[in-house]
Amino acid sequence: MSLLHLAIIAPFILAFFVPFFYKKIKAVHTGWFVLILPAILFAYFLRFLPAVKNQGAIQETVNWIPSLGIDFTAYVDGLGLLFALLITGIGSLVVLYSIFYLSKAKENLGSFYVYLLMFMGAMLGVVLSDNLIVLYTFWELTSFSSFLLIGYWYHRERSRYGAQKSMLITVFGGLAMLGGFLLLYFMTGSFSIREIISQAGDMTGDPFFIPALILVLLGAFTKSAQFPFHIWLPDAMEAPTPVSAYLHSATMVKAGIYLVARMSPVFAEEGTWFWLVSIFGIITLVWASFNAVKQTDLKAILAFSTVSQLGLIMSLLGIGAAALHYTQLNDNIYMAATVAAVFHLINHATFKGSLFMVAGIVDHETGTRDIRHLGGLMHLMPITFTIALIGTFSMAGLPPFNGFLSKEMFFAAMVNVLSLDIFNLETYGVLFPVLAWVGSVFTFIYSMILLFKTFTGKQPAQKWEKKPHEAPLGMLLSPIILAALVIVFGLFPNILSASIIEPAADAIMPAFAEAGQAFNVNITMWHGFSAELYMTIAVVVVGLFLYVFLPKWKHIYNIFPKKLSLNALYDQGLVRTEKISKNMTNAYMNGSIRSYMIYIFIAFIGILSYSMIEKKAVSFELSNLAPIGVYEIVLAIIITVASITILFAKSRLTSIIALGAVGYTVALFFVLFRAPDLALTQLVIETVSVALFLLAFYHLPKMSRKEERIRFKMASAVVSLGVGVVVTLIALSAHNNKLFDSIAQYYIENTKEQAGGANMVNVILVDFRGFDTMFEIAVLGIAALGIFGMIKLRLSRRQDG
Amino acid sequence: MIKIMLTAALVLFSVAIAIALYRIISGPSLPDRVVAMDMIVVNLISAVAIISILLETKAFLEVILILGILAFISTIALSKYVERGVIIERKRNR
Repeated sequence: MSLLHLAIIAPFILAFFVPFFYKKIKAVHTGWFVLILPAILFAYFLRFLPAVKNQGAIQETVNWIPSLGIDFTAYVDGLGLLFALLITGIGSLVVLYSIFYLSKAKENLGSFYVYLLMFMGAMLGVVLSDNLIVLYTFWELTSFSSFLLIGYWYHRERSRYGAQKSMLITVFGGLAMLGGFLLLYFMTGSFSIREIISQAGDMTGDPFFIPALILVLLGAFTKSAQFPFHIWLPDAMEAPTPVSAYLHSATMVKAGIYLVARMSPVFAEEGTWFWLVSIFGIITLVWASFNAVKQTDLKAILAFSTVSQLGLIMSLLGIGAAALHYTQLNDNIYMAATVAAVFHLINHATFKGSLFMVAGIVDHETGTRDIRHLGGLMHLMPITFTIALIGTFSMAGLPPFNGFLSKEMFFAAMVNVLSLDIFNLETYGVLFPVLAWVGSVFTFIYSMILLFKTFTGKQPAQKWEKKPHEAPLGMLLSPIILAALVIVFGLFPNILSASIIEPAADAIMPAFAEAGQAFNVNITMWHGFSAELYMTIAVVVVGLFLYVFLPKWKHIYNIFPKKLSLNALYDQGLVRTEKISKNMTNAYMNGSIRSYMIYIFIAFIGILSYSMIEKKAVSFELSNLAPIGVYEIVLAIIITVASITILFAKSRLTSIIALGAVGYTVALFFVLFRAPDLALTQLVIETVSVALFLLAFYHLPKMSRKEERIRFKMASAVVSLGVGVVVTLIALSAHNNKLFDSIAQYYIENTKEQAGGANMVNVILVDFRGFDTMFEIAVLGIAALGIFGMIKLRLSRRQDG
Repeated sequence: MIKIMLTAALVLFSVAIAIALYRIISGPSLPDRVVAMDMIVVNLISAVAIISILLETKAFLEVILILGILAFISTIALSKYVERGVIIERKRNR
């Protein structure tokens, strides 16, 4: 157990002690105790920066289930470290913010911080695990803790709905991902990501390769809210705002991004990967930014904006995969897409975190998040306004903020697609820059809505619940830090490039690093008059135009009927599935034993006859049969007549007597086939059981007793005939397929000598195989006790009186 | 010779069982049926005895004894049912 492992599981350990702090130390807000840990972890992970830059990666292993190849291997490379820093850094800020956001008196803080710490630990585990199964374990832990956090205000119906929805979708994806991991294991024989990457070249022809790719992507797309699985994220906004800021903008939704980046070395050579990742990313970008414009809730706008920005990063990762098809790193312009993805990942975490916190402050100070009831807050809340301005302008991609840089790099990457000459991109490649540009226009519009509808204009007519004023400093601290980072990264992007972006890009594209080609990232604010700059100018011009005339064209959102939306599809899907499965269960589980018997017998006939025919085991060989005597024929006729009498008798009494006749005839058969002990027992037992039947018959209720025949039912007749035929066939065939001699000779020889008895049946029963007899005695004992219990124990009668 | 005679006896017993069976099926009252059943069992005893001679074994003598006991017990039980309506009476002093 190294210090690194301790760092990963430290949040879980602290989560264990949080309720103690919460219950015992009531004077201090529990968050202060929690805050220490992510801050320490952040400092701890910062110390890895030089090591990762110089040596590449640090690996520590602790055995977990070595026999299955599952070890808790912590692996810190550029990508993992980047995510670990985001998680702990933003985690500290979010905990700080939550201390001021959540009231000590009203909220159940113990649960909140337990869930949050669980989530933090799980997320660290996801990004720092080298073993796929460990990664999956932590992945599901993030789903569960996210479920708990979304449903934090569990007395609200919307919270429970959102929690359930996100749980269903992300766990669906998680399971698909597990399937993909198992396929990877089948192909490579290892759960270690390092090992799998080293064998990546051998897998491409494997029939499991494409299914594994699709399943892993399914996991990444559901977690990262890609189209069409993005629908859970807007509903997850019912969570407390710190949770939204942390999980649903900066960390959890980036787990899918992480997975795609992490798996790129395995799959990225494949054209399918390129197409799926980049197309789904760009569709998500356009669709979500288009939908963000029509939202009226601050957090809903931010949710759709998160989805669209995730799509942007995803599409960049997809385009970045194209770089692998060009061996030279010099002039390899597609590599820039990967760099842009990593850079935007950082940028998005900073500005989106701060924007969520701003939305939380506005909510906290006015009591509403609806932009139709907001306005004119600029003078009341100047600091909040400044932070929001920085965040939204960065999101819209305006200079001098970091969003501008990553947006420029995004456009550059998309324009570079035009020069790709693989995967038919000469023809379809033009879609990418066009869609990217359209998505950016909508991004610009909703960013402006977010800022100006909230903070400028007139104050609405009706008064807010509270009198708004500037938020306390503690609440503003975290967004101020994030906004400051937005500006710092915007003005001095290269403090990031050498320390973290280059190692991260190396981790995503290890092929170039291995070839010894140095990889330099140099982001500059001014890069000359290029296509992407004109695109940005066009975005601003067209976006401003559309924003000003928004009321004129807003009605196009009503073109799509509500019923066709993805949410309606999900809701209807749930209702339908429930209804269908209920109807199905009701259809065959009808409560009638007769139907269940028919199912059982049909299955019996089907399975047995299929296997008999399939194995060609049916045989009618008659050569090794004994001769049939006249007495057997007579007895067989009697038993047949008696059996048919049972079926067609009008009175139940007749059936009982006929059944007795069958029993006595069987006893006679035993006599005829020389089994005296059996005959004796059969006679006695038959007498007793006929007596019992008569007892049951005598006590039938008088009211509904009707003397009528068994009604004829075709299905029953067919099934019973089928069972009879199948059993007869099996008996005949089994008799003809005897492979070994009987072992009876041993008993014949040894009954007298070994056991000292003359009656072989009895010697077998009590000597050779006495164990069976013992337990049959036990069966009879249980039956007797059971009958006694049923007769004597009348609990319901005692209750009555 | 003896085999033919035994077989003939078996056939005759079967005929007797069949006749008694007719009484069981058609017998207007319960006592008729009880007596017919008793007769069937007695005939069965004889049939088993003949079969055991035919099979040349002593192993079925117990079967004959059991059949005799069962026939007696069941006839008694049924007669008691006809007479009293119950077979096992409850103790009065309870």
